[in-house]
Amino acid sequence: MDARSVILERISSSLGRTGRLNAEGYVPITAPAPEVPHAYRTASDLSTERLIEIFADRLADYNAGVARVSAAELPATVARLLDEADDIVIPADLDRAWVGEFAGRVLTDSREEPQPVDVLNAVGAVVTGSTTAIADTGTICLSGPHCGRRVITLVPDHHVCVVRAADIVEIVPQAVARLQEAGLSTAPQTWASGPSATVDIEFERVAGVHGPRRLDVVIVVDEDEPEAHAGTQAAAQADPRDSA
Amino acid sequence: MRIALFATCIVDAMYPEVAKATVSILERLGHTVTFPERQACCGQMHINSGKFAQAYPVVKNHVEAFEDADFDYAVAPSGSCVASLGHQHPMIAEYMGDEDLASRATQVAGRTYELSQLLTDVLGVTDAAAQLGSYFPHTIAYHPSCHGMRLLRLGDRQSDLLQTVEGAVVVSPENWDACCGFGGTFSVKNPQVSTAMLTDKVEALINTGASVCSGGDASCLMHIGGGLQRRHELLPAQATPPATVHFARVLAATREHPLILNEELVSGGALR
Amino acid sequence: MSTTFIGMPTVPGTGNLFERAPFPQVAQHELGNVQLRTNLTKATTAIRTKRAARVAELGDWEDLRDSGAAAKDVVLARLPELLTQFEAAFTAAGGTVHWARDAQEANAIVRGLVEDSAPLNEDGRREVIKVKSMATQEIGLNEYLEDHDIDAYETDLAELIVQLGHDKPSHILVPAIHRNRHEIRQIFLRGMEDADPNLGTEPRELAEASRKHLRKKFLTTKVAISGANFGIAETGTLSVVESEGNGRMCVTLPETLITVMGIEKLLPTIDDLGVFMQLLPRSSTGERMNPYSSFWTGVTPGDGPRNVHVVLLDNGRTRALADQHGRQALRCIRCSACMNVCPVYERTGGHAYGSVYPGPIGAILTPLLTGTDAEENSTLPYASSLCGACFDACPVKIDIPQMLVRLRNEGNVVKESEHGRLPKTQLDVALTGASWLMSDGRRMALMEKGLPLAKLLSPKAGIRSLPGIAGAWTSSRTIPRPPRQSFRSWWSAEHREEAREERREARDRAQFRRFEARSGAEPAPEAGPAPRSENQHETKES
Repeated sequence: MDARSVILERISSSLGRTGRLNAEGYVPITAPAPEVPHAYRTASDLSTERLIEIFADRLADYNAGVARVSAAELPATVARLLDEADDIVIPADLDRAWVGEFAGRVLTDSREEPQPVDVLNAVGAVVTGSTTAIADTGTICLSGPHCGRRVITLVPDHHVCVVRAADIVEIVPQAVARLQEAGLSTAPQTWASGPSATVDIEFERVAGVHGPRRLDVVIVVDEDEPEAHAGTQAAAQADPRDSA
Repeated sequence: MRIALFATCIVDAMYPEVAKATVSILERLGHTVTFPERQACCGQMHINSGKFAQAYPVVKNHVEAFEDADFDYAVAPSGSCVASLGHQHPMIAEYMGDEDLASRATQVAGRTYELSQLLTDVLGVTDAAAQLGSYFPHTIAYHPSCHGMRLLRLGDRQSDLLQTVEGAVVVSPENWDACCGFGGTFSVKNPQVSTAMLTDKVEALINTGASVCSGGDASCLMHIGGGLQRRHELLPAQATPPATVHFARVLAATREHPLILNEELVSGGALR
Repeated sequence: MSTTFIGMPTVPGTGNLFERAPFPQVAQHELGNVQLRTNLTKATTAIRTKRAARVAELGDWEDLRDSGAAAKDVVLARLPELLTQFEAAFTAAGGTVHWARDAQEANAIVRGLVEDSAPLNEDGRREVIKVKSMATQEIGLNEYLEDHDIDAYETDLAELIVQLGHDKPSHILVPAIHRNRHEIRQIFLRGMEDADPNLGTEPRELAEASRKHLRKKFLTTKVAISGANFGIAETGTLSVVESEGNGRMCVTLPETLITVMGIEKLLPTIDDLGVFMQLLPRSSTGERMNPYSSFWTGVTPGDGPRNVHVVLLDNGRTRALADQHGRQALRCIRCSACMNVCPVYERTGGHAYGSVYPGPIGAILTPLLTGTDAEENSTLPYASSLCGACFDACPVKIDIPQMLVRLRNEGNVVKESEHGRLPKTQLDVALTGASWLMSDGRRMALMEKGLPLAKLLSPKAGIRSLPGIAGAWTSSRTIPRPPRQSFRSWWSAEHREEAREERREARDRAQFRRFEARSGAEPAPEAGPAPRSENQHETKES
């Protein structure tokens, strides 16, 4: 018998299921599965202002750089953060205006036209957007539009990530929901919380091992935006990236 | 109220003064204490040694001794033994296929309180000096026993009661919530690791400078006391180690009948 | 296929799951290693403190634990359904699913895949890069591959330290926890051909050395092997949760990615990540979130590996599943919180447990995987003082102390059936006597009559040395001198008159009831206190 059949039969037996094997090769469940309680928090009532504060605090705790700017200030801020880079890479679908004031060479990368990994290894920095960000854990979730292929935020040594204030949620379950709403459940995802780090030597945190050693997060607050509550209201707003 | 005392085997045989102190405290509060004479032991020694079949008659005896007795609450001066009633007795009964005993054991466990639980949650003792006349002018390093802390969730009940004893100052040793290394058969099956844990506990207690180490389980106190005494024997030049005294004895001590830290008390847990 | 199902025998796990010597023996040796104890205490204290702080931040921590434990119970209860759901989704996304009954089979599958996809280099060997994975350590994959001309390079800093030092991991999260910076520098200087001879001892410099050493490997190696923290049944998604970015390198850069995952590592739905991505980081490194988490579902053209495989590993898991109490150990998400809070682990380190799974969870999971009758692992369930710190810290609420006690019992039952019913050790004899004694208060009373004699015979300062098993106790602790009189005999002396009175009253009441019963009258209500609560909680609030 093949391994699959044997394992499925062993499981059926270990679970005490009796009866006939189905077409898949196991005895189907008859007893109801245990109930899963969902009493944990899945929503937040914090204001966007408070979410930005918490997010910035957590990022600083991870030794990530944090800047808070208006949409108009964004290109200058990005350029300033990139002043050590001669060249950068961006996802092909990134809003070019974000890097409009950067004086060096801008390479674009996409699934269709990927940059060779040697080029990425030599490039000065990468600039991306993010899908959603988790204030409580200082996490940026990279997947889908404006985030690029996974490799571009990994190999370069400096990552500048632009996070729209409206995309910040408070807690992890909200981010998981946002990613699903965005249709990204099966898309490759990277969650990054600060720069690469290790605690493997005497449990002392050292920033920068294999991933980018420098992470700068630029939080963009649209001045025209009314003070919105995170969660439903913020999520209900039109996604400003559509106009980008 | 009628309160049945479960003395526990170690207190009954080795530390009778702890049970007498428990009786004294409860009588001072105006309650009637009974002692169901069939009681013997909670069976933890057998259960934790993995001798479920041998534990069964011990568990059965305990349940029978207490389910027929005429009382409102049962109390034991031990977090570990009380925890065993709730967490282990039904398990043993079920293991032996005795569903009836399992449910009776659950009922007995539900009526049995650890002493600080009964005093605080049922009898409303918030000030030992005022309500019990407790007087004990010493610095006490408090050791919370693992099972009381983690299985019964006693929290600060014991140390809060000790804080309200006239003259008592309560301090916490470093790593106050670490196990002393007793663990019943653990100390016999893994004596070296147990000793390493005990050594750290003993050092932490001595570093507090307290004259007394108190807690809610005679077994842990016997272990710690044994370690303190042995250290004293090996290093006689150093200051006298803290005496180990069950918190019931501290609460029972008064100005009229003080608990004197005499040589016998100090000699490493020989607390008669 | 539709035959009548008759049940399969449970099969023990194989691989790096066995003790080489009894726990107390190795523990004693490890206790003598001052450097090890210093390193361990420093590291576990640091993690413990951080974890406590991060857990305390979450008001819904207990709710998350409840949900996490229940979600894992659903995985176990619906394992065939969820595995086949995962298989279908992973396959639909372009991945290939393999099934392995045991370590040998999993190793052979991985070897075949590597031989198909990694090129031969000039010395006739092949190379793969690896992300730290408990499953591949469990099956001894690196050793197996080495014997088959495949070099597996560990890329996690701690695993690299262990590999270069020809050592064994001692902790599932920080495998080189037993090494300090000076030792690590020496290991790097000896083991890295490209190490700078002026390498310092700062963790920053050591981490930098590993970055330089591995970068070229990441960029050029064609095959990577990983484990998985979670597999999502709903979507066929796999994940690796890590810190350094070596995991991202391995799951992103090579052409072929092979993931070895225990069958119990599933989660039912994507939503469960909202729970587990809070439980895991806070429990393991005491961080609000680990630096990097990767999630991938089969193949994404143009982004990441083109060939994506998963090997679903049994290796004793179905055996553990058959134990209706022990199966809770399969909830384990390998966070290592139980190790960091364990006073025994803190003093002995991970090597004393023999198995790749050390600490409290290892003491139950290892014998459950190999079978409780595996003599090698029979001392593991005793490697605990039952203090309960592990149960408190476990994010999926595995009742480790209770399982330890159950496994001790199972071990004794096996031993007794092998050796007949004769007790073997001094402890066995003592416990058998104690069981008889302690199952009746009257026997206790008789025994306690001997106390004045014991008091007389024992030295005033307490008992300092006893023979046999009791000697293990008196080697480092003095036993107090017994009292003159037990509480029981004091009580009966004090209450003799009272007791007589009570017995008389009871007899009268019984006679009265019998009289009433005979005369057909309603029995009088029992005199006594008001009905009492049988529920501790209710009583507390009253």
